[in-house]
Amino acid sequence: MKFKTFFWFVAPSVFMMLLFIAAPLVSVFLQSFQVTQPVVQQVEVETCTPGFLTQTCTTELKTVPIIDEVTGKAQTTTSWVGFQSYQNVLQMDKVWEAVSDGRLRDILQIDFWKALRFTLMFTLVTLPLVIGVGLMIALAVNNASKSLRGPVIFVSLLPFIITPVIGSLSIYWLFVGDGILTATLERWTGQDIAMFANAWTIELLMYFYRVWHVAPFAFVIFYAGLQTVNMDTLESAIIDGANRFERLRYVIVPHLMPLIIFIALIHLMDCYRVFDEIIGFRSQAHVISLQWLTFDFLTPDDSGNRAISRAAASSMLTMIGIVILLILPLRRTWRDHKGGAH
Amino acid sequence: MSSKATAQPLSLKIASGAFLAFWCLIAAFPIVWIAVMSVKSPRDAFAASAWDVITGPATRAAGNGLSLLDIVLGLIVLFLAIRWAFTRLPGLVQQFTPPGLIALGWLIGAAVYGILFVLVFFGVLPLVLGPLNSVLGPLGTPIIGLTTEHYVAVWGENQFYRNFMNSMIVTAGVVTVSLTVGTLAGYGLARSGSNLAFWLLIVALVFRALPHSVLVAGYLPWFINSAEILRPIFGDLAPTLYGQPWAIIAVLVAINQPFTIWMLRSFFQNIPSELDEAARVDGCSHFQAFRRVIMPVMWPGVITTGLFSFLLGYNDFLVTALLLDAQNQTMVPAIAGYFNRETTTTDQVEAVAAAVSITAPLFLLVMVFQRQIVSGLTAGAVKG
Repeated sequence: MKFKTFFWFVAPSVFMMLLFIAAPLVSVFLQSFQVTQPVVQQVEVETCTPGFLTQTCTTELKTVPIIDEVTGKAQTTTSWVGFQSYQNVLQMDKVWEAVSDGRLRDILQIDFWKALRFTLMFTLVTLPLVIGVGLMIALAVNNASKSLRGPVIFVSLLPFIITPVIGSLSIYWLFVGDGILTATLERWTGQDIAMFANAWTIELLMYFYRVWHVAPFAFVIFYAGLQTVNMDTLESAIIDGANRFERLRYVIVPHLMPLIIFIALIHLMDCYRVFDEIIGFRSQAHVISLQWLTFDFLTPDDSGNRAISRAAASSMLTMIGIVILLILPLRRTWRDHKGGAH
Repeated sequence: MSSKATAQPLSLKIASGAFLAFWCLIAAFPIVWIAVMSVKSPRDAFAASAWDVITGPATRAAGNGLSLLDIVLGLIVLFLAIRWAFTRLPGLVQQFTPPGLIALGWLIGAAVYGILFVLVFFGVLPLVLGPLNSVLGPLGTPIIGLTTEHYVAVWGENQFYRNFMNSMIVTAGVVTVSLTVGTLAGYGLARSGSNLAFWLLIVALVFRALPHSVLVAGYLPWFINSAEILRPIFGDLAPTLYGQPWAIIAVLVAINQPFTIWMLRSFFQNIPSELDEAARVDGCSHFQAFRRVIMPVMWPGVITTGLFSFLLGYNDFLVTALLLDAQNQTMVPAIAGYFNRETTTTDQVEAVAAAVSITAPLFLLVMVFQRQIVSGLTAGAVKG
């Protein structure tokens, strides 16, 4: 295909990605070094209250925003502030203070570090679980009789396809104060249980939700991979005296390895932007994630202001994280591509 | 596979079957349970015993319930309706649509069928069953509590249908635009072996990894002030992009592009390039070959990719919550509005009903397109 034809085929897609992905990235990068504030002026205001004989008047200095006469909105100025927004998000001074005092737990009181800890731990804990559970379901389905497979796949797809917020809500309602599973647990243990009062129980539920949500995806892919396992290899392994577990370990898993890497990569990307669970479980008081932090900065506060520059700084930091996570797999792809070209 | 060596001991078979049953229970339980909760009165929905939630004594006491007769007749009607959909409906659609417009015919057919079903099931059936129940005595007394009051409240009083319409507009827009743009790019990328194509795919992969909040942080200031920024170009017609469904569509399409082009590329690679070469020999331009020869055999891939675009548009919370205002909010962020009011148990059950309403279309989607979803998931993995 000539370059010109290729160009016209991909142009609309590339244009969309440039305009709505690349350009916002540049914009976020610039905003993270800027602060936009309303221009204020000090006005002397005289307030009089009716009093006996004469009015009681007081004058005071008030800071009011300057209103633009044309648009009717408050005038704003934008100034470059360097790394100040980053400093506001990272709060390094508090971090160093905590480190020098030897109180490392205090670092996790700061929103950003709290979010970072949860996001990383969430990603790393759920990754092996998703792969393990997915593989187990795939093996079990492969074992089941043909007539059962269709319905099982149908049921398995439900957690995967459900809206994440709704999925986490559905689990939230099972465990909420007087939810059915909490009530059952309370009857078994004889204790009063509040799943949503402690950070660690919420986290456990989040891990559970994520595995429940993603394992079907891993399952479907592994199941497709299992259909292409080489029967000859498997049979020669049997003749060589490999038992069931050894066959799984030395024949089936190596065959599925590319798929495992693929799932790990996708899972890494998706888990790193964990967000919907926080909304569904309403856990913002206890557990937050990096993406939720940016979302929170972008949501208007009580006075209607959005902390745009802090959001930009926190999203730049989030991005640095994903780039670090992705560098290794991408280098591999690059080497494969170069190797394949020769 | 049937040889003696691969035959499994009974214990392993039982263990694997039990595990599968356990998984199915876990997979379906939360979803089934919220569906059950949503049709019970608040006291039953949050009752401590599971049996009370299922049978709903309080709901029944309030006079809402299904008798044995209701259940039997309802199941019969349901069974007939589903059977009819699979046996007679395809023939009717084929018969009444002019050739070439078959997709449109199916859309209209499905819509008419849906309306008819709702009319019969919720309109005619209760009218018939009401007098029957009162005549039949013991057969006609309610045995299971069931009420639709929460759905009526959600869709009627709270005007959830507005959110539904917005969701449909956004989702339909996302699916059509991203498929149009994506098929072109996917075809180009699949047929070009150049380094540039490789780099485009890698950049797309990196873009796919970006958290959406990063992008939204980039849009927000521009979208809010877009009327002033665009005024020099468009004059007074300059729109404020914030809160516009079509701006959301554009954003979601762009976010979805990396995934779409990867998936479509792997589908296009499955189509032998001899096919378009033959078309080119016969005098087609590249674009004509794409439109007349490749697209007709690409429908399975396009439908699959469309499903995933649908899911992205339909399930999105973050982008729509931040870039749309309250008047044209879609369904998923709208449900967050229930959290804030969720003070009484009635509010909670209404939120459950809204959640079930959001899930129902997805349930239908899996039922109809199960095979395409599975093939889509595997296509990305095995070739990508």
